[in-house]
Amino acid sequence: MSILHTVNKSSFEKSSLDSCLRYAKDGSTLLLYEDGVYAALKGAASEEKIKSAMQNHKVCALGPDLKARGFSQDRVIDGVSLIDYAGFVDLAAEAEKVQAWV
Amino acid sequence: MKFAIQINEGPYQHQASDSAYYFTKAVLEKGHEVMRVFFYHDGVNNGTRLTTPPQDDRNIVNRWSELGEQHNLDLVVCVAAAQRRGIVDEGEMQRNGKDAHNIAPGFRISGLGQLIEAGIQSERLVVFGD
Amino acid sequence: MSEEERTDDEGGVIKKFMYVNRRAPYGTVYALESLEVVLIGAAFDQDVSMVFIDDGVFEIKKGQDTAEIGMKNFSPTYRALEMYDVEKLYVSQESLAERGLTEDDLLVDVEVMPDSRIADLMDEQDVIFTF
Repeated sequence: MSILHTVNKSSFEKSSLDSCLRYAKDGSTLLLYEDGVYAALKGAASEEKIKSAMQNHKVCALGPDLKARGFSQDRVIDGVSLIDYAGFVDLAAEAEKVQAWV
Repeated sequence: MKFAIQINEGPYQHQASDSAYYFTKAVLEKGHEVMRVFFYHDGVNNGTRLTTPPQDDRNIVNRWSELGEQHNLDLVVCVAAAQRRGIVDEGEMQRNGKDAHNIAPGFRISGLGQLIEAGIQSERLVVFGD
Repeated sequence: MSEEERTDDEGGVIKKFMYVNRRAPYGTVYALESLEVVLIGAAFDQDVSMVFIDDGVFEIKKGQDTAEIGMKNFSPTYRALEMYDVEKLYVSQESLAERGLTEDDLLVDVEVMPDSRIADLMDEQDVIFTF
């Protein structure tokens, strides 16, 4: 098992997503939440980065944070799983540990 | 499973405390244990009972106090970070010769060792910050 | 958690703790307050390592002098970590290079290594502290 990496900052403003992807090993999971969810949008400059991350990682985004910001599932890159807080807890429990890229 | 939660940011300025709250609730609803919620850096500001948000906004501090009471949570505010930022309980008030205390119900002030202990005793440490 | 769980003399569990330092000093308090956690944590006799990545490498830049900004220069404390038995300090080679720094710029003995090795180290930990 491996690490659940969480990213909560917009990749348009901060480099935490890039840092996370530099250190995340294949097979680990990436959760985008709070302003981190913007990276999961179709057509955004981050799309290729997320698509390439999906080849080696499970990528999830927190649905309540997307919804709050005015985005529904159809605006999210195909293959990114939308989860709720209960799903966040499951991801944390399934991983061996959680690394927060705050 | 035994969880510990660390919160690095104060209320309202960042979403960190809100996210941590909903995460903690979900942990409890799933039947897991939350052995400690540790408030560090500006996160100690989640523990002042003097917070007065507008009526149509959530009361982040009361929400933690209530969740703490319902589930007997150990809500720990770091003493060193709290002293810097003016979060005071009765003991700290007397020790430092202050004229008031402001710790919210259900919170307690303790040392950083409580965070290390949480790292040792919990199975998952989940950090919420900026 | 690692498969073979280690214990100390009194049968207490010894976990692999990693402190991840990604913040520059002074502009925010994270670097100082996370160093305080490391110092307190040293009393708990865990298997501790510290990594300096991203702007965290600026925490251990030589020659810091805060006299004119009115803040405490806490950088000498990194040199005292050894006395607390915190001896495993790892620095990202890429993060140094990106910032125009070399190992000679650092005020404490560290092991500079590529990000891929730091990623391996992170994977081996029981608990990762981030601030």
